[in-house]
Amino acid sequence: MANETTKNQPARRSNTRVIGWCLSGVVGMFAFGFALVPLYEVFCEITGINGKTGGRYEAGVTQQVDDNRTVRVQFLASNGPGMTWEFRPVVRSVDVHPGEVISVNFYAANGTDQAMVGQAVPSLSPSEGTQFFHKTECFCFNQQPLEAGESVEMPLIFIVDRDLPEHITKLTLSYTLYDQGKQAEVSRSAQTQTTTNNNG
Amino acid sequence: MSAVADTHAQEHHHGPAKGISRWLLTTNHKDIGSMYLMFSFAMFLLGGSMAMVIRAELFQPGLQIVEPEFFNQMTTMHGLIMVFGAVMPAFVGLANWMLPLMIGAPDMALPRMNNWSFWLLPCAFLILVSTLFMQGGAPNFGWTFYAPLSTTYGPPSTTFFIFAVHIMGVSSIMGAINVIATILNMRAPGMTLMKMPLFVWTWLITAFLLIAVMPVLAGVVTMMLMDIHFGTSFFDASGGGDPVLFQHVFWFFGHPEVYIMILPAFGAISHIVAAFSRKPLFGYASMVYAVGAIAVLSFLVWAHHMFTVGMPIAGQLFFMYATLLIAVPTGVKVFNWVTTMFRGSLSFEAPMLFAVAFIILFTIGGFSGLMLAIAPADFQYHDTYFVVAHFHYVLVPGAIFGIFASAYFWLPKWTGHMYDETLAKTHFWLSFVGMNLAFFPMHFLGLAGMPRRIPDYALQFTDFNMISSIGAFMFGVTQLLFLFIVVKCARGGEKAAAKPWDGAEGLEWTVPSPAPYHTFSTPPEVK
Amino acid sequence: MRVHAKRAVALAAGLLLPVTVMANWTMNMSPGVTSTSNQIYSLHMTILWICVAIGVVVFGVMFWSIFAHRKSRGFKPANFHENTVVEVLWTIVPLAILVAMAIPATTTLIEMYDTTESDVDIKITGYQWRWQYEYIDDDFSFFSNMSTPKDQIRNRQAKGENYLLEVDNPLVIPVGKKVRFLLTANDVIHSWWVPEFGVKKDAIPGFINETWTRVDVPGTYRGQCTELCGKDHGFMPVVVKAVPEEEYNVWVAEQKEAAETERRLTEKDWTLEELMERGEQAYATACASCHQADGTGLPPAFPALKGSQMALEDMAGHIEIVVNGSPGTAMQAFGNQLSEVDLAAVITYERNAWGNNTGEMVTPKEIFDYKNQQ
Repeated sequence: MANETTKNQPARRSNTRVIGWCLSGVVGMFAFGFALVPLYEVFCEITGINGKTGGRYEAGVTQQVDDNRTVRVQFLASNGPGMTWEFRPVVRSVDVHPGEVISVNFYAANGTDQAMVGQAVPSLSPSEGTQFFHKTECFCFNQQPLEAGESVEMPLIFIVDRDLPEHITKLTLSYTLYDQGKQAEVSRSAQTQTTTNNNG
Repeated sequence: MSAVADTHAQEHHHGPAKGISRWLLTTNHKDIGSMYLMFSFAMFLLGGSMAMVIRAELFQPGLQIVEPEFFNQMTTMHGLIMVFGAVMPAFVGLANWMLPLMIGAPDMALPRMNNWSFWLLPCAFLILVSTLFMQGGAPNFGWTFYAPLSTTYGPPSTTFFIFAVHIMGVSSIMGAINVIATILNMRAPGMTLMKMPLFVWTWLITAFLLIAVMPVLAGVVTMMLMDIHFGTSFFDASGGGDPVLFQHVFWFFGHPEVYIMILPAFGAISHIVAAFSRKPLFGYASMVYAVGAIAVLSFLVWAHHMFTVGMPIAGQLFFMYATLLIAVPTGVKVFNWVTTMFRGSLSFEAPMLFAVAFIILFTIGGFSGLMLAIAPADFQYHDTYFVVAHFHYVLVPGAIFGIFASAYFWLPKWTGHMYDETLAKTHFWLSFVGMNLAFFPMHFLGLAGMPRRIPDYALQFTDFNMISSIGAFMFGVTQLLFLFIVVKCARGGEKAAAKPWDGAEGLEWTVPSPAPYHTFSTPPEVK
Repeated sequence: MRVHAKRAVALAAGLLLPVTVMANWTMNMSPGVTSTSNQIYSLHMTILWICVAIGVVVFGVMFWSIFAHRKSRGFKPANFHENTVVEVLWTIVPLAILVAMAIPATTTLIEMYDTTESDVDIKITGYQWRWQYEYIDDDFSFFSNMSTPKDQIRNRQAKGENYLLEVDNPLVIPVGKKVRFLLTANDVIHSWWVPEFGVKKDAIPGFINETWTRVDVPGTYRGQCTELCGKDHGFMPVVVKAVPEEEYNVWVAEQKEAAETERRLTEKDWTLEELMERGEQAYATACASCHQADGTGLPPAFPALKGSQMALEDMAGHIEIVVNGSPGTAMQAFGNQLSEVDLAAVITYERNAWGNNTGEMVTPKEIFDYKNQQ
């Protein structure tokens, strides 16, 4: 630490310089605190440590299906605080061969008397499986608006990677549906370009 | 800020101003040091009285004295006040008083900033304490303020809490810059880095830690502020954020923070043990390297506070190994202190009593820390009273006893009088017994399964809680005796020699007692 | 100084004497009833004894110095202050001890993380301040609330044996089977802990965590939430009943049937009295911790229901707020937490208790329709 000061005559050095260095350290560390947010996200994406599954998977080559191995994929659905929609997977679980393209549906129904917007947030367990779970289509990519009393079946299309570590035999994919009511108007217009799951 | 940089040279050579303006406008390191110490003691009593409320409620099972909401406010405020109001300012106060005297400097490098950084503190704590009287009450989410309990579910006063943390952060950062500038630029001729007293070394490293992590704390509370008021979702899962991210950022600050609270005590204890062993400190160089190693490692272990959040196994293992590694330099320090005592010529005045208790009890806290580092076992210890016992064992006999030891050691230099040795020893023994009575049973409570931060508990925890409360009351009341001893010592008593301890070494003992208002106007020569 | 120490000890001993008579001196971790908890226990004891051994050596040297090398005995100080061999030695030896310690810890950890090949999967959701258990494969779920009466907590009644550690609906698991827990939370972070299993895991809103246990000894095991989660953090216990497999299967069948009955109850014709009776119970578990048993609430955060305009007049608003909650306040949406019957009963109760004698009643069918049709 601070080797340059080991000289015998350290007194009367410039305080301005020390302050300058310290302040740049302070500013740097403040920025670093904020940089931790994207850094953590990137880190999670690479390692999957928080179980948050990634965005749309654009596979260049279709994977060979590994018929010798079966992985059970389990689906869970939860509602966030104050979210009154009925929300559940249509099937509780499916057995898949790694490499296979699988399509399942989640059911959501808005039982209230007003139009609302929901946003599903995914989480996968065990988290080390995250990077081997590829979604080519997911309702969680978009917000989901529903009119009062409207219901919808929302698709999820995924591939379990052939490189999934051997010891993982079961993956649990959980969605939590959050009320995004406030943004109803905005997202409804945004929805029109992106959605593929509008059957309501 | 650079305007205040080079003003210390001219304006000395006069006594203290009279009246209130002496304290409001002072740029004298001794005055500011005294103010820091007095402020921190006031906060120690305030935070302590909150601990008394906690222990009174926990004296028996059932809700007797306070409601759970208020109980949570008490645990939160107790933690915040003790960490940021009592321990940290006390060390800054010691640094203000002693660093210039130890390195032969006339004052701190940036005296006006010094004044400013002190006066920010009462403002910050005025804001923090005033939250107790706000609608919805004070912060009630623990001193670690985990999101989303502190963001989406926090009381309205959270905003004021954030503001207070910002102000005290600015104060700490300015204090740290001042310490670094003083140590790097103001040492007497001939005092090379490896000739610096250990207290100076530990403070230099502490100051670097402060500069590194206080901005991160400022960052994390700023993110909270944005989540609460500006619709961002850093920590809100519904907006794509991650509550666990909060814990990562918080503990990236939080773990170095615990070393900030102990490293200066390491330095002071090293002086005291050597002085009362009448023998040079064993392994000075390895002490310096050990402190450096602890500081560096402290940035690599933060997630051991988070073993139960569901990190993947690779993460668990990394943080377990890194944490175990910290035991090595910490062990080196303890071995050095013990070896310093070995074949010395020991006497046990109050500073030495506190220092010996520091070594023993801090080591016990280190042992429980080692146990907590074992990740699988941590699944049982985590967030139980075992953890409460652990960190009180490192902070009370560590930081607080370190401060008491330093205070008794340097009081003759500050006041010019010897303190009352009998009373001081009484203070020590009552503190020692009270502290152990209060915190040792908490190990048992935690192992038996009592979670922390609960206002009421199952019946099998009754006995140890009762003992613990008795010990806490004893410890708490005893601290009033310390106030009495210090006041008595300041007002009179046996005149202290320039060097009242025959084994003590260092420049601070070459100036008369009490230290004149201005010292080392001409720098001494260090050989 | 000795005198003071003795006095202090005497004082403390005197104060503690009455306590020791009724003492419950559980001082150590329980070895527990699973292989995980047993391994943790043995790790705990190993590291504890290592610490004790190091402590004996270090403090031994220290106390020897304290007694033998005193100035008052005229001991002349030595002057050594360095010894490279010793210093290297006491860096290497602790390192070796730590490595020796890390090895079994790593093995245990790897085993704890092996959640594969489970027999039963249960989703655990933390709410402020109750747990929800969902049996994923069997399609039923229920809430588990603390059942200790307020009177015991407020010291108006003698405390029961399992004070604060008892619930209305415990989690039931089969013995000898690997049970996998999937944890998440609805509002804030909670943490699910059963000491006897050696299982503790955080339940984090929006994220799913997993852990597992295999209990070999039938029995009732108690734990608590261990992550500060607000006002009633100390009042959300975990109770798990481990039962033999046959018993478990019977219980599961009963639960499924009960869920079916619940559905039928919704159709039944209810009287005001029946709803009031049921409502009082439901109110006590779901509402009373905030709005208080006597309906006076804890203003401003938890408004009074007794005499409130909403409970006396605004029926639609009353149903709306109970079912959907009130965003931005502490009022949760109970629509998914309580059954239709309980929702109807609670609302009816709130409109007729404590002098709110509106005489109005809400039927489960109305709630059912409200939730489904609009």
